[in-house]
Order: sequence, then C-alpha cells, then structure tokens
Amino acid sequence: MRVPLSWLKEFVDITLSVEELAERLTRAGLECEGIERIGVEGADLPWDPEKIVIGSILEVRQHPNADRLVLADVDYGAGAPHTVVTGAPNLFPYKDKGRLPQPLKGVFAREGAELYDGHAEGWVKMRLKGRPVRGIMSDAMLCSEKELGLSEDHEGILILPDDAPVGAPLRDYLGDVVLKFDVLPNMARCLSILGVAREIAALTGSPLRMPEMTVVEDGPPVEGRVRVTIEEPDLCPRFTATLIEGVTIGPSPLWMQRRLTMAGMRPINNIVDISNYVMLELGGPNHMFDADQVADQHLIIRLARPGERLVTLDNKEHNLDASLGGGMLPLLVCDPHGPLSLAGVMGGASSEVSATTTRVLLEVAVWDPTIIRRMGTALRARSEASKRFERGVDYELPPLVQRRALSLLQRIAGGSVAQGMVDNYPRPWQPVILDLTPREVRRIVGISLSAAEIADLLRPLGFACDLIDNGAAVRVTAPSVRRDITMLADLCEEVARIYGYDRIPLSLMADALPEPRNNPSLELELRVRDLLAGAGLDEAITYSLTSMAAVAAVNPADADASLYLRLANPLTPEREYLRRSLLPTLLDALAQNLRERERVLLFEIGRVYLKRAPGSDDPRPAEPQRLALALAGRRYERSWHTPDETVMDFFDLKGIVEVLLTRLNIAGVQYVPLTDDPRFHPGRAARLERDGSVLGVIGELHPDVCERLAIAAPRAMAAELDLELIGALVESARYRAISRYPATTQDLSLVAAVEVPAERVAATIRKYAGALLESLTLFDVYEGEQVGAGKRSLTYRLVFRAPDRTLNDAEIAKIRQKIVRGLEYDIGATIRG
Amino acid sequence: MSLIDQLNQLEHEALAALAQITDLTALTEWKNSYLGKQGALSRLSRGLGALPADARPAAGARFNTARATLEQALERAEAQLKRMARQHAFEADQVDVTLPGRAPAVGRLHPTTQMLRQIYAILGEMGFQVWESPEVETDEFNFQLLNMPPDHPARDMWDTFYVETTPGDATLLLRTHTSPGQIYAMRANAPKPVRAILPGKCYRYEQVTARHEMQFYQVEGIAVGEQISFADLKGTLVAFAERLYGKGVKTRFRPSYFPFTEPSVEFDIECFLCGGTGCRVCKHSGWLEILGAGMIHPTVLRNGGYDPEKVSGFAFGMGPERMAMLRYGIDDIRWFFSGDERFLQQF
Ligand SMILES: [Zn+2]
Repeated sequence: MRVPLSWLKEFVDITLSVEELAERLTRAGLECEGIERIGVEGADLPWDPEKIVIGSILEVRQHPNADRLVLADVDYGAGAPHTVVTGAPNLFPYKDKGRLPQPLKGVFAREGAELYDGHAEGWVKMRLKGRPVRGIMSDAMLCSEKELGLSEDHEGILILPDDAPVGAPLRDYLGDVVLKFDVLPNMARCLSILGVAREIAALTGSPLRMPEMTVVEDGPPVEGRVRVTIEEPDLCPRFTATLIEGVTIGPSPLWMQRRLTMAGMRPINNIVDISNYVMLELGGPNHMFDADQVADQHLIIRLARPGERLVTLDNKEHNLDASLGGGMLPLLVCDPHGPLSLAGVMGGASSEVSATTTRVLLEVAVWDPTIIRRMGTALRARSEASKRFERGVDYELPPLVQRRALSLLQRIAGGSVAQGMVDNYPRPWQPVILDLTPREVRRIVGISLSAAEIADLLRPLGFACDLIDNGAAVRVTAPSVRRDITMLADLCEEVARIYGYDRIPLSLMADALPEPRNNPSLELELRVRDLLAGAGLDEAITYSLTSMAAVAAVNPADADASLYLRLANPLTPEREYLRRSLLPTLLDALAQNLRERERVLLFEIGRVYLKRAPGSDDPRPAEPQRLALALAGRRYERSWHTPDETVMDFFDLKGIVEVLLTRLNIAGVQYVPLTDDPRFHPGRAARLERDGSVLGVIGELHPDVCERLAIAAPRAMAAELDLELIGALVESARYRAISRYPATTQDLSLVAAVEVPAERVAATIRKYAGALLESLTLFDVYEGEQVGAGKRSLTYRLVFRAPDRTLNDAEIAKIRQKIVRGLEYDIGATIRG
Repeated sequence: MSLIDQLNQLEHEALAALAQITDLTALTEWKNSYLGKQGALSRLSRGLGALPADARPAAGARFNTARATLEQALERAEAQLKRMARQHAFEADQVDVTLPGRAPAVGRLHPTTQMLRQIYAILGEMGFQVWESPEVETDEFNFQLLNMPPDHPARDMWDTFYVETTPGDATLLLRTHTSPGQIYAMRANAPKPVRAILPGKCYRYEQVTARHEMQFYQVEGIAVGEQISFADLKGTLVAFAERLYGKGVKTRFRPSYFPFTEPSVEFDIECFLCGGTGCRVCKHSGWLEILGAGMIHPTVLRNGGYDPEKVSGFAFGMGPERMAMLRYGIDDIRWFFSGDERFLQQF
C-alpha cells in the first residue's frame, strides 16, 4: 500500500518527521518498507524552491528563426515576464494569439535549476544553462513531467490548474512523500488512507478528520428507479446503490491524478478515477455502471446459470461455470437480461462507463471473502478491489463510500444526484463482544494492567469499552472495521501493540522443563558428519527435487516415473520429482566440482521420499535418511612435498566407509561383489550386508555413467548407505584389557587362487590362530610370474599376545603350524614363507 | 734435559697439537697418544722412579697437574667439536619455513549445518529438544491445523508446491515451513509441558533468485506450559540473540501477523554490517529481520491437544541460511545447494 503523505494529512495532523512516523507505525505492526520522496528535500531530484516555481504563460509567439520553436512570455511572480524558448507542441495552438485572455499555468525553471534530461533514456540529471537558441537567449524552461521526474511524459509541458499560485515554489505545490507499507492479512483495515490515519490517530492522540462529503440531492428519488435483488444473501450481506445523472466525462483534476499515480494506479477518466480514489481513501471498493446499459436499472445478485458467458473489462470472454469459482459457481451482478459483472472482482465490458456515459449507477457492496478469493484465484487476477474484499470489508462502510463518491462526482463531473440510497442489508453486522480481564492480559502478555488502563489503550482504536464486575474486567465491543477481532487473544495483541512491544519486560520461563528425551537419529547424524569431515570430505546439501533425465543419467533403470512423487506445479523441469536417491544430485555436484579442481570428496546426509503402498494409513511418503559419498581425482593435493600423482580408486572410498563403520563400532559388515548394477563398474563395486540386510552400495562408477554426467576423472567413486539401518547397528565402544606381556610378531606369506577373496583368507587365518592372535594386517598383495597364472600371493603380519604370560617360541610355532595346515586344507593355499 | 723440563715440553706440545684438531677421529688419536695407557705422558712418568726419593713427591704432583690440564683441555675440545658438528648438521638440515606445510585432509561441515548446531546448542541449554517432522505434508498439517482453513487469505503468504495425488486422496504438498512440526511435538507431549525445536528443509513455489530459494532450512521452536507469556518469549529471544550476536546486541520487537500465533511479532536486531545507520543489506532500515514469533494461537494449542484456557505457549521460526548469509556476508543464497566446494570450503 502506497500512501502519499499529503493525502494522509487531510485525515490526521502529523507532527512527527516522516522517518519517526515510519518507525512508529512499523513498531505498531504496520511495516513501512520504504519512503519515496517527490520533489522535496531528500528526493532523487529535489526541486529547488528558488529556481523551480509556478509560472503564468501570458503570451506565445513564433520564434523568428525556427518553425518548430515558440517564445513564451512567463510571469513567475518576479517583476517583468521572462521569455522562454520552447518546442512544446501543446503551446502551439496558442501561438501568435496575442495576450492570452486566460493565461496558462506551467512550471518555470531558471538557470541553474537541476532537472532530468527530457531527451535522455532513463533518468539522467542535468543543470539548466543559458545559451542562445537560434539567435535568442534561452536561460529558462517550461518543464515537462519527465523533466520534473513526475512521469515518463515528455510530449509537451506540464499544464497546471488555473488556480495554481504564480511564483510559488513547485516543491510546495506538487512535492510529496510516499510511504510504502507492507499490509499483512490481519491489517486489512490499513488498505486505505483512512485506516492508516486511524492508526496514527490512535498512536499519537491526534483527532481523526473525515473528508468533504457534501452532496446536493437535486434529482428525483432513487427509490423505484433503481432496484436491487439479492438472491444470495450469505454471499452478499450488503448491497447499496445510488444514481447520478448528467455527468460529463473528462480527465480528472491534476491533484487526483497525482495522488492516484503516487498510490500506484493509472488515471483513466474522472468517473473511473473517482471510483479508485474513494476505494484507496476509505477502503471501500465500488463499481460504476453506465446506468443506461443496465436493463430496467435492476441489479440482481445471483450465481451463474448454465451456459452463461461474460466479457470482462479486459475484453476477455469467460464461461461462467464452476471453474471460475474454484469449485463454486461464480457470483454475479446481473440485470434481467444477464450477467453484468463478476461480483467484487471485475466489471463487464457492456456496462462499462464510456465517453458517452451520462448516467452513473454506483454500486457499493460487501461480499463474502471466500467466493471473492476463489474467483480471483481462478481468474489469476487479484484486482485492488478483490484484494480488499478477500480480507474483509467493513459492513458499515458502504453508505460512507457512497456519499464520498457522490460528493466528488458532483464536484468534478457535475450531474444531479438522485435522492436517497437503495440499501439491501440482509445480513447485518453482528458486533463481537468480549470480556477481557487483567488476569488474561497478564497470562498472555506478561504485563500487569488494570481494567481501566486496558480500556484506555483500546478506546483510541475505536473499541467501545465498559468496565464490568466492579472493574474486574472490560467488556469490549469491536468496531465493525475490525473484522479481524474474534477472540481474547486478538484483544491481547491490540493491548500489547498499543502498549508497545518494546515496553513489555523480558523474563525467562519459570515453567517446568519438558521430560528428558533421547534423539538417537540426530546423535547419529552429528557423529557421521563429524567423522566424515574428519576423514576429509566436505558436506554438501543438494536439492530434494530432481528430474527423470538426471535420474536416468545415473541409472536408466531407475527412471520409472511411476515410482516417484511428482510435483503438480513444478517451477522447472529440472526440479520436478522428489528424489529416491541422493546420487543424481550429489554426482552432479561432483561433476561440476571436477571442472574446477583435481580432487573432490563430498558427502551428503538427507532424506529420500518413497511412495507408500496403496491403501496405507498415512498418506505421506516414507522419508528415510540416506548417506551418500562421492569422490574422484588425485589422492593427494598437488604439492611440493608429495610427488605421489596417483588418483583415488575403490579402496579410498572403501577405507572411508570402513573407518566410519569402525568408529560406530559396527562389526561384521560383508562386502559382497556387485556385478550387475548399471551404476557401477562390474568388477569394482560391492553391496554392504550385515546379517542378510543390505546397508547400501559402494563402488567405482560405470564409465557410461561418468560419460553421461561428464565426469572428467579417470575413476569416480560413489556410495549410498541407509542411515537408519546403520543407526540400528551402532554399538557402544567396549574396553578390552591391555596385556602387560610382550607381543610376538610373525609374517606369513601365502599363495592362493585369485578367486579366493581376501576376506576369506583372513577369516581362515583367524579361525586357526585362535584367541591369542591380537591383530592381522595384510601388507602385500602380489600377482605375477613368480606365483604363476591364476594365483596371487598375500603377505600378512600376525601379532600374538597372551593376557597372562609371555608366549614362548614353541607355542607360536605350534599355532603357526595350525594356521598353515588350515590354509592348505580350507582354501588350498601354499606357504611361501 | 730434566724430567720436569721434558714434561713441560710434552705438555706444551700436546696442547699445541690439540689446538689443531678439527674432527673427532683426530681427537681420539690425540687422546691415545698423550693420555692413553701407552701414551706419551704414561711413558714419561716411568722416569719418576729414577728420581731421588726426596724429589719424587714434587715431581709426581707436577705429573698429576699436567694430566689434569690435558684432560680438561680434551674435554673442552670435545665439547667444542660436538658443538661444531651439530652446527654443521643444522646448516645442512635447514628448511625454508615459509614453504607450505603438509596439511592433513580435513573436510568441512556445510554452513547450514554449522548454523543449526549453534542453534541446537544455545536453545538446548534452555531446555529445547530437537524433534523432526515430515517434509511432504498434508494440507491439514501444513495449513488447517495451523489455523488456516481452506480459502484463508493468509495462505497467500506461502506459495506452495503440491504433490500429484490420485483424486480422492489427501492433498499432499511440500511443507512451506517447519510449523506443522509444532502439532507433532505438542501431540506427543500434551498435556505435559513441551519445549522443542524442529529443524528441516522447507520449500516455496518461488522463482529462484539471489535472495530467494525454492528450498531452504527453517528451525521452528515452541514452548508450551502453564505460565508462559509474551514476556517469556521476549526474554528467550533476547537471550538467544545475545548468545548468537554478542551481549548487549540491540533488538527490536514489532507486531506482525502469522495465522498460527496471536499476538505475533517480528524480531529484529540492529544491523551489524552498518551499525544501524542503514546499508544495502538492511534495506537502509538499520535493522535485520532475524525471526518471526508469537504466542501460539488458541486454535493451534487446541489442535495440539492442550486446553488454551489452562496453558499458553510461544513459537518462533528462523532461517539458518539467512542467518549464515548475514554472518558471513554471503550475497547469493543459491550457493548453499550448489554443492560447490569453492563455497563449501570457505566455512
Ligand atoms: Zn545495515
């Protein structure tokens, strides 16, 4: 809501500075989002009061040396008239007519004045300098609207009304300040100058003034000449109508056009402008019909009937069916022949006020917010009117709007006003009456006020307050303009607001603490994040929404749209489906990063969204937490002290996963070769299993995937794990007594068939080594000529230790013998040393 | 030449030889040749027996001082040589200390995560527990239970992504705020008191720009109990802001509107970028909006299972990305979900 200060000052005296006023209103809940100054000090272009003044154009003469220029003699209130050279086409009709019987008023700018350049694109400032134009000295100007910054118009000079005071600084005449407010839904009453003024009056104690409302009812009575029938009283609680005849259509006066422009509306003609002006001023949307286009001057408020159509003001034709009312039939204002307008939302073209209109039928009504909202949504057009009706218009406002509009119509467009007003009011306003106690104010707001003090805070806002029960409570009647007040909490807010939020004391809750609660899933998340960051991975958060193309790039087999939750209203095709895996978005981040750097390690913890089986009790999808890892590039950052140029592979990723699981004390996870997952290299991927349940997958990406994702690295690795399954396996750390006796170390080198997995070799060693084996480390793997085709050599370091004694050589030799035989027997391995 | 003269000469010669020595091998040789069992001093001392008995004690004493002198000189020379050897080793071993060090690879947590953890820590001390709720919600939880029946004009404050459903099924949407979590936390605790924070991803149907994202995090907080007032809300928020932005930070409370709170409030802190004088970030107001809050609406309390005439409570909501943007001076919210390490590695 844009509010010109000059307009506001007609309703209430303001002694605060503009900034103070803005801050005061902001602190009272009407947030001032900006202050725009026009011509006054602080404006982008302040109008110099000495150099930019109102002038009177006495005579217009042909320039002696140029056909397209004229000379204007301007009296600007300082002795002799000044001659101005100008090319303004709107002065040409007055050329060489001698002294004008009715001088024109314009804006006169003297040498040194700062103005916008009328010929430049956009807003370029320039300073007025004297120079000869075709032999005649030009050191002053008559200004266009553009040169003053009032509008883009540079077609001719700005002509002011005849009563503009000659010699007065333009700053005082047209300068203004516009306050821009963000009006929240509960402050609908402030969608008007009157509403904002009422708040200021309540906050500052200044009295509220009402505007000129004089109407001369010099026409015959309206009764019997205009009829209103309300078929839907629940949707139209009140409908008023008046008639003014003999109006003259023309432009509205400059002051009205300026205010509409400043408030953000475009001036059209005097009738339309008055309609908008009154809506902005009082908050009452209204509609002006050309009365001669309303059959029998009979207005009927009803729902649409099958097959009806209407061409609206914007020349669009609509089928008046339930699609236009969001499931309800649209509500119409009709005459006996058919629809005239969409009630409260948009007028129809056929009954629109036109250049030939002489009789105006003025509608001021109150509509049900829901039907207005639905029609506005269906039309995808929120008009200024529907915006106000949706939020609730004061039931008692229409008569006031009628009088103010008629008064302006009569003054500006002429005409005679029919006596009286048709007022159909089938659902009168039911005032809300609430008993508010000091105890309730203390309970909710935390301040101690007496009933009388509470009443004093509420009364300036228009609440009627009576002390009841010997001053134990206030009986509050909300004014009709406060349709937002429905319960005690609303009144508490008003009390707090006017008392001042900043004056309410600070306290800390004295209440009991809630019952203790563990949150294992959060704790797991925190630990996993710390462990992975400690392992050198950066945490990413990617979009939950993705596309089938992105899914297919990682795995065409996953791109079955029927498995995914799809948005009904996606913003872009890239973010259309809720993800079922973190990999498409995280691998995309990997690919992007690899364009910038040689080594990338990322992880993400986030939810995936899985449709429930049909018939499930909960309509919401399952949202399990997943952990994904992605890495590629150099194993070590390029640096002067590390000549190692190797790139990461499967084992870098596996090492990270192993560290993670170890630190979470999860043992016994099997890495089962994964050979048929299209996402992964068939020989470098594994499924993680524990007791038959699959925790996730890990592997080097298939070259096809890298190609589709444009991953520029020889190998790229990814893993995705189910964090909920992992969480269920987490064990607490357990202390093992530390032996005081020395250890004995043995190295064991064996040759086995390549097909025997290392994990099986290690398990065999452990099985035969028994409890004295403290640790087992594989430190060499060799395949080649020395061991023969199809075989490989594995070398382990075994550390033995007993908790209660020093082991002797004979014991160790015996164990070693057992292991060697076991390896030969179980997996056909031979010992090299 | 007398024995003593020979001794004097030997001492002199030995000291002169020692002065020439520059390495440990030569020093060992010197030690053997002068002070060893078969060394020059021992050999010369054999001449003592040939002296008259009365001259022997004095000559013996002279031999002892000579041995002591040479041993001391040896010790000094030894120490000196060690020092020199160290010195040489240091010189050969010195590095350019301005060369870069060997950095262990340590990753970073996302700035949103860091902000969330700080919020958990501060509010945790005040007794707030972390709860979670779904991101894909029903219209009932996202709007209706929060006092926004269908056609409520305040629904315009949240542009919503809807999820396709089969006709007849419940409307599903991406939650536009973490506020539905209030209902879960209240229902899990009512009629007992609750203090909870609900962090998580939210979504808005909004064109993505430097200032607006379609996806963002929010942290909702609620406290419900028998004597919780607006003054408690103020006290809690000021304490929170002082922990986050420093003691004595200037704050401002101004009335606002949320359908699920009444009274509602917007909580601002003085712009720490311009010190309150006005800048581009604070839109020249001198204030930064940090969070929205209010006393929980009676209807919402009732929907959470409480009797609004017996208990009251407050709720607040904040955006960790916005808070991180202000703290670090980040000018574009889109970096948060880019996964770009050039961004992630700055925090
Ligand atoms: Zn600032």
